[in-house]
Amino acid sequence: MSPETTIQAALVIPLVGAVLIAFSGHWPNLRETITMITAGTLFALVASLYPLVMNGGRPSVVIGEMLPGLSIAFSVEPLGLLFAMIASFLWIINSLYSIGYMRENKEKNQTRFYVCFAIALASSIAIAFAANLLTLFAFYEALTLCTYPLVTHSGTDKAKKGGRVYLGILLFTSIGFLLTAIVWTWLIAGDLNFTSGGILEGKASDLVIGTLFALYIFGIGKAALMPVHRWLPAAMVAPTPVSALLHAVAVVKAGVFTVIKIVIYIFGYDFLSSIGTTNWLLYLSGFTILTASILAIRQDNLKRRLAYSTISQLSYVIMATAILAPLSIVGAGLHIAVHAFGKITLFFAAGSIYTAAHKTEVSQLDGIGRRMPWTMTAFTIGALSMIGVPPTAGFISKWYILHGAFDSGHMLAIVVIVISTLLNAGYFLPIIYAAFFKEEEKDNDNGNFGEASVAIVVALSITAAATVLLFFFPGLFIELAQKLI
Amino acid sequence: MIAAHLPILQVIIPLIVAPIALIMRDSRTVWVLTLSVTWVTFSISLTLLIEVLDSGNIIYRIGGWAAPWGIEYVLDKVGAFVLVIVSAIGSIVMTYARQSVEAEIPDDRIYLFYTMFLLCLTGLLGIVITGDVFNLFVFLEISSLSSYVMISLGRDRRALTAAYRYLIMGTIGATFYIIGVGLIYMMTGTLNIADLTVLIPSVSDSRTIHTAMAFLTVGVCLKLALFPLHLWLPNAYTYAPSVVTAFLAATATKVSVYILIRIVFTLFGDVNILEASGLQNILMTLAIIALFTASTIAIFQNNMKRLFAYSSVAQIGYIILGLSFASQIGIAAGIIHLFNHSIIKCTIFMGLGCITLRVGGVSVKDMCGLGYRMPWTMAAIVIGGLGLIGIPMTVGFVSKWYLVRAAFEQGMWPIAALIITSSLLTIVYVWRIVETAYLKPAPKNAPNIKEAPLSMLLSSWVLALASIYFGVNATTTLNIALEAADSLLNGGLK
Repeated sequence: MSPETTIQAALVIPLVGAVLIAFSGHWPNLRETITMITAGTLFALVASLYPLVMNGGRPSVVIGEMLPGLSIAFSVEPLGLLFAMIASFLWIINSLYSIGYMRENKEKNQTRFYVCFAIALASSIAIAFAANLLTLFAFYEALTLCTYPLVTHSGTDKAKKGGRVYLGILLFTSIGFLLTAIVWTWLIAGDLNFTSGGILEGKASDLVIGTLFALYIFGIGKAALMPVHRWLPAAMVAPTPVSALLHAVAVVKAGVFTVIKIVIYIFGYDFLSSIGTTNWLLYLSGFTILTASILAIRQDNLKRRLAYSTISQLSYVIMATAILAPLSIVGAGLHIAVHAFGKITLFFAAGSIYTAAHKTEVSQLDGIGRRMPWTMTAFTIGALSMIGVPPTAGFISKWYILHGAFDSGHMLAIVVIVISTLLNAGYFLPIIYAAFFKEEEKDNDNGNFGEASVAIVVALSITAAATVLLFFFPGLFIELAQKLI
Repeated sequence: MIAAHLPILQVIIPLIVAPIALIMRDSRTVWVLTLSVTWVTFSISLTLLIEVLDSGNIIYRIGGWAAPWGIEYVLDKVGAFVLVIVSAIGSIVMTYARQSVEAEIPDDRIYLFYTMFLLCLTGLLGIVITGDVFNLFVFLEISSLSSYVMISLGRDRRALTAAYRYLIMGTIGATFYIIGVGLIYMMTGTLNIADLTVLIPSVSDSRTIHTAMAFLTVGVCLKLALFPLHLWLPNAYTYAPSVVTAFLAATATKVSVYILIRIVFTLFGDVNILEASGLQNILMTLAIIALFTASTIAIFQNNMKRLFAYSSVAQIGYIILGLSFASQIGIAAGIIHLFNHSIIKCTIFMGLGCITLRVGGVSVKDMCGLGYRMPWTMAAIVIGGLGLIGIPMTVGFVSKWYLVRAAFEQGMWPIAALIITSSLLTIVYVWRIVETAYLKPAPKNAPNIKEAPLSMLLSSWVLALASIYFGVNATTTLNIALEAADSLLNGGLK
């Protein structure tokens, strides 16, 4: 199969999957088999592009001309491949997890759930492979819309409110700022293609470039930079598999991915560092890292705590990008991968606890480690990766980001990372401590729960194992990320 | 042989079939007759569009009489494009119409409805194709009178007052128009648009022409429902039968916009009337007020038809805003939005027609849980709604992109910001419907309802898919709009 066909297939397969899932709604086993096969095929297709891209190939496909002079086009470059590989690989694990979670919790409308999930993945892959800003924007919006039914899945008033915040913030920022920025870019540069070294150098005054940059950064609401972060905690009303794959991996990573894409391929980081009107992003992302961590400490709801942790971790990627040093950009790319594995493990664990014990609050977790050893071990590995302790993958990306910050003399970034590491430890270690070393409260009727179902435990063990393995064998992703610079 | 006469056949076929329909009376037969007429006019207009794109403007002399004495039919790119829009919507609405009409209009009046529909179609097509300002008035009256009748056929008795109000306002509009035409005739001695284009510049400084200009624009703005002259529209759309709303929303106001385009860019094209008279600022300001006021009012409506009627007023604001930039991109944005909005609104009103048929009403409480009770209908409405918001890969995005681009191009940053802000209001009212239909449970005692009949559903979906198709692949339509805008700015009918 030629690489062009592979790209097309990778875009179409999840959609075909979605249609088949919709038609097999009456036979749950068949439906879930289709999901698994689709996810597996998608990953195989995406992964098969790896050797080519590593050798410098940039296969591309033009689907059609949407507006005169502007095409829907796809082109695979290292960062996009990295994102696509993570999303499609974790979709396989997450589908396994979903089967356990959705069935055990007897969720309604499971067919719609799987259909939207497949469409969300198709959109994510399209974002990853987008060759120009127009294509990226189109699927960025598609991703927002197809995840809305997942956020409001339960249909309760709370879900409706969460959905409103989710959709409101994401659509308002993207239409209000991102679209404006894109049209403006097109007028200035006459081009929207992602090009190495950027397309804007020398095309406009520093003031215009600075404004445009701000429009982009605040337009990409999915990156959850403060103050446009509130949709992410709101999205936690969704079933846990959605929080795990979409709101820890696909959707939020699409956000920071877009930020990196724009910095590298629209502005060009040499150009951005030469004009220096972008330092504010460093401060703002640093502020987000610290504030979100502090807010995380105050959350008793486990999923909300994880959400704030995600906000903070996303800003690591943004800050690493804003340092504009080659090494830290590699670190940013790596952190997308590393955080994905760690955070999905944490969410899997949270969902596992909810399924088995119906507990959602941190304060209810005393002694749960003895009843659910697998889940809580996985949770511990995920948490250590968030903090950045070896031997977990989180250490690697943090190392690169710190290295880049040292090289370019950004002491502030270093201080932020050090403090936030302490804060991360501050909100994760007590959970681990309570789970393993505190006594379970005797008087409440916990019933006799143990581990959640096999599918759930297997899924979270795989991602936890991957988080450790990535520490020892990070070569795959590092090599890919190094192609960025 | 026949091919040479297509411009007149376009208008004459529905005109002749209208009295035949009146004689036939049997509602089923009349429907089949009307349906075939609409599809014939659609194919004629497509042929004409292709011809205009290939080999330039078509001029047809009625009865072979040369221009100042006889009436000329002239078709340029704008005209041919609008002609296709009107006839396409006509044929799709007719395909959709049968069950909805049978449900909403008393049996003994159905044949009257089809007769009026044919007359209205004649009028709308005639306005677009004629090259004579007085003949245009005649067609304007034909279409207006027939639409008053169609609106008054609504089940609700308030349809009568709505139609009456529209009649008063519409008549004032038409009268203003004819007064303007009279004044122009006084100064130039001709009614032929091509001649007027040449003659007006020499007399354009006179007060008479200025007065004529004022009468013409105000009159037409009444017909196209530019804020604050839109007061007739919400009630007319709300109480008219669903089919009528779907048809008029997608065609009548659009054709009036076409008249405005003709007046501003063809009649007064050589004197750059927009800037010279300050009309540009007036139109731009009113359009922007329309965007915000009408969208805000729409948010608070409980009747879906009324909600989308106000949304129409806002969307007309976008079209006028595009035109008021008076640049190629701006006019193209106006024209493309004319096309796009026709598709979107027709989809939505057809969807609402399906709901009226099955549920009996379109108030918020009728919409509860409809996402599950009528999934296909609601999906079509949601696609239309996404188009209104301007989500990429729907036609609305294309319009918005060009509007914002036109504003940027002229350095009008605040206007670009306003366009974008106003589309955020759209999100609010569209999402209110989505939430109601998908997240609110149906009332406990709700009867079991079926999906809408296939023909209605298919027609709505054809347009819903068209709104996606022309959103993903807008190159063809945009190139037509760009060329049309270019020809309007440089030469027009000559």
